[in-house]
Amino acid sequence: MTAAWAVVACVGVATAALRAAGPVAVGGRRLPAALAGPLSALAPAVLAALVATNTLASGHRLVLDARAAGLAVAAVSVALRAPLLLVVVVAATTAALLRLAGWAA
Amino acid sequence: MPDPITGSGRPDDPRPAAPGVATTGDRTAAPGDPTALGTGPAGRRHTYRDGARAAAPLAVAVALFGASFGVLARAAGLGAVTPLVFSATTFAGSAQFAALSVLASGGGAATAVAAAVLLNARYGPIGLSVAPVLRGGPLRRFAEAQLVVDESWALSQRHGGFDRHVLLGAGAVLYAAWVTGTAAGAGFGSLVGDPDRLGLDAAFPALFLALLVPQLRSRRTLLAACAGAAIAVALVPATPAGVPIIASCVACLVGARRR
Repeated sequence: MTAAWAVVACVGVATAALRAAGPVAVGGRRLPAALAGPLSALAPAVLAALVATNTLASGHRLVLDARAAGLAVAAVSVALRAPLLLVVVVAATTAALLRLAGWAA
Repeated sequence: MPDPITGSGRPDDPRPAAPGVATTGDRTAAPGDPTALGTGPAGRRHTYRDGARAAAPLAVAVALFGASFGVLARAAGLGAVTPLVFSATTFAGSAQFAALSVLASGGGAATAVAAAVLLNARYGPIGLSVAPVLRGGPLRRFAEAQLVVDESWALSQRHGGFDRHVLLGAGAVLYAAWVTGTAAGAGFGSLVGDPDRLGLDAAFPALFLALLVPQLRSRRTLLAACAGAAIAVALVPATPAGVPIIASCVACLVGARRR
């Protein structure tokens, strides 16, 4: 399947270039202050966006399904200072059980 | 489970950070955080091994996710070798699933590439943010940057900067898990079954939430998180996958610069 190999090659090269562009361009220097400040706000923005889209997006639709229930239980676990592994496991288990019971998609 | 990374991690920890660790910006670690990566006892620096141990719990989920990618790719007629090479070279789950879904539904190669590259566009700013802790000449920096993935990046955040050893140690473990999982899925077929049945799709938002919460220690990070989530959700219905995340990145960088 030639098309698949073309996709693998293009995506692989583009992703490697995206990851390495900053580090190679900056070299061993410190980031200029004009960049370092804004970049320190990047993590919460990206992580929150990943949480929101991974929970709510189903293609182009926004849905509330078993993932949202899993996230709610995860939020409680985080508030109770549960370890990371437990947070992930309770979220997955919640979603799996809801689907098994037929209560959520 | 004891925190694999020992350390006080108090937000008001007065000790200087380890050499080579950027310390500007918001402090993120707090006592009891599942991801607290504070300064080690007696100022001990984190090692690659600490990073590997911190990533171990995630590696299980990542390996299962990789296996489901292998299974779906095989089912879509990509054979066993193509998905394995894809995972080894791209190492980005969401982008690979997006490209696969386009190919499997009969879409063109250009559409598949565009979807995947949009999803990975966030690695531009993410790569830039870790640039100060990577070392060596251009080739070595290029190679080290390939271990940067959402999870290793989030785990290695420390005091607004990044811990090089945690970043690379965690990245190496997650890379091994992703590629091994893909190989198992593509090679042995549907041992995992439907990954959604196991709730795997709920595991990743939970993971990102657990990594996010310890960072919400200031108005600034709270604002960035709310804006990032709101922008991404608002754009989901109207834009191709990947655009919501990169739009959040750009809006946040521009917004933070103006403040």
